[in-house]
Amino acid sequence: MPSLVALWLGRVAYDDAAALQERLVDGRRRGVEPDRLLLLEHPAVITLGRRADPAHVLREPRELARHGIDVRASSRGGDVTYHGPGQLVGYPVVALPPDRRDAHRYLRDLESALIDTAAELGVAAHRVPGRTGVWVGNAKLAAIGVRLASGWITSHGFALNVARDLRGFDTIVPCGIRGAAVTSLEQLAGRPLDLGEVAAIAALRVAAVLGMDLVRAPELSW
Amino acid sequence: MRVDLTMPQMGESIAEGTISRWRKSVGERVERDEPIVEISTDKVDAEIPSPASGTIVEIHGREGETVPVNQVIAVIETEAGAAATATPVAEAPPRAVAVAATVAAPVVAATPETARAGEFERKRFVTPVVRRIAAEHGIEPTSVPGTGVGGRVTKDDILAFLACGARPAGASRERMSVMRKRIAERMVESRRVSAHVHSVFEVDMSHVGKLRERHKSGYLDRHGAKLTVTAFLISALCGALRSFPILNASVDGDEIVYHKDIHMGVAVALDWGLIVPVVHGADQLSLAGLSVRLQDLAGRARAKKLNPGDVQGGTFTLTNPGQFGGLYGLPIIQQPQVAILGTGGIEKRPIVIDDAIAIRSMMYMALSFDHRVIDGAVANQFLATLKAGLEQFDEKLL
Repeated sequence: MPSLVALWLGRVAYDDAAALQERLVDGRRRGVEPDRLLLLEHPAVITLGRRADPAHVLREPRELARHGIDVRASSRGGDVTYHGPGQLVGYPVVALPPDRRDAHRYLRDLESALIDTAAELGVAAHRVPGRTGVWVGNAKLAAIGVRLASGWITSHGFALNVARDLRGFDTIVPCGIRGAAVTSLEQLAGRPLDLGEVAAIAALRVAAVLGMDLVRAPELSW
Repeated sequence: MRVDLTMPQMGESIAEGTISRWRKSVGERVERDEPIVEISTDKVDAEIPSPASGTIVEIHGREGETVPVNQVIAVIETEAGAAATATPVAEAPPRAVAVAATVAAPVVAATPETARAGEFERKRFVTPVVRRIAAEHGIEPTSVPGTGVGGRVTKDDILAFLACGARPAGASRERMSVMRKRIAERMVESRRVSAHVHSVFEVDMSHVGKLRERHKSGYLDRHGAKLTVTAFLISALCGALRSFPILNASVDGDEIVYHKDIHMGVAVALDWGLIVPVVHGADQLSLAGLSVRLQDLAGRARAKKLNPGDVQGGTFTLTNPGQFGGLYGLPIIQQPQVAILGTGGIEKRPIVIDDAIAIRSMMYMALSFDHRVIDGAVANQFLATLKAGLEQFDEKLL
């Protein structure tokens, strides 16, 4: 089986992570980088995907700045989303093999991996047809937004809410779906969770659904 | 020959795609496999590569438009056909462009890096006025430092160049580049603002050297970056800065601002100057994370691909004047920071340990600190902590 090299990067600014992914995508295309899964959390930032409606950002730029929330355009698909501390962000930079070159299948695979991750922590999450992402009831647990560079190389990926505090989401209409609530693993599991622990589970699950062997970076606490 | 680009089927269950962004327009050249358009479907944005090399002659579909799979969205005229069919763009290229191209050609050929070729091309683009003035004075316009867009030589540039006495005997003059001027201003300003004091420690780097030897094989394969001494230095520095927060501070008027996060500036020497990209949140990163970020930043610094955010917000700086064999250097503080560490080269030296002479890999490190806010005792305790952190570097961090 092909290998997926997972790396925990800690807290990384959105621009830095975007630039790193760009470099890794380029390296993957030239064959000098392995398939990777970057795991990290972002400082508070609102990102607008390629099809984002700016009206889905609900606060004035000045107010966002006062709360230390940046706003960034992103080259991923999808609408508006929020990232912040306590949210596990996963960016697989993987060259999809010919038998997996199906955008919908890749989205469903990421959903599966996150549903499996939640299940391992005792949380029953599910899909909602037509609404990409991972849900519990009417509340969104994880958002997904992907980019496919030429050669079917993936970047961007998923954002799984782990920490209890979800106030950052008050600033947006998540993924452009009005009336949908957000939730987190800590709220649902009813206990504090370690982001690194969740990252370790998610890494295993992502590798499993993509049919890859997980290679963990050995310096990680997990 | 005309080659159609059709809306690709991005998945079994996908019947249409939305054009999210055209990367090319009619008349532009594309290479085979070069991204030509971005297509959105559900939560995926995909780059679509060109099926052939040639010139784009038709584009169907605006950005935001949804198009069924297999419908033609662009037509590319490949080389063989391009000569026969006169495309609208091929007609009458502007004169100035043609001139620029002939000037640019030899320069580009002499420059191996394609990344720099574009810049040369822009710089070599001169207006007819500049070209005429240059010709009248018998000088090559490309030898004039340009201050226009992308380093372009403007009329003012060439007049200033002539006014300051072009081609003087026995000396040559050149206008400082924007970067050079910026460096000059900032160095002098820092000397004026901060009360620079320096302290030098010697560190035994044998332990770090051993750890590096033990872990470096396969590190590149595992993490995509080499395990460098710089990563160890930053890791140990973060530990020492946590213990002495005044070193990770800045002065704002009458107030001292203590920074919660450690954003480590790392000086990178370039052929054309010096730049200090910043590893943001350095204290949050593992050694592997640091290595990957350092390689990324240094690589992009050399390729001139740093984003403005990459060089902003530093709270402490590390520089390495030892890379050419210097024992140590006494660097100038980067404002508004209050300290900077300069490391010397690592070399084997005989030292005395318990009354015996041993050979160890030694390194000098010099701290420049702002005596306005940092007392000498604190600075020296900081250096002692850093020295201990390196000499007893915790292998568990690897």
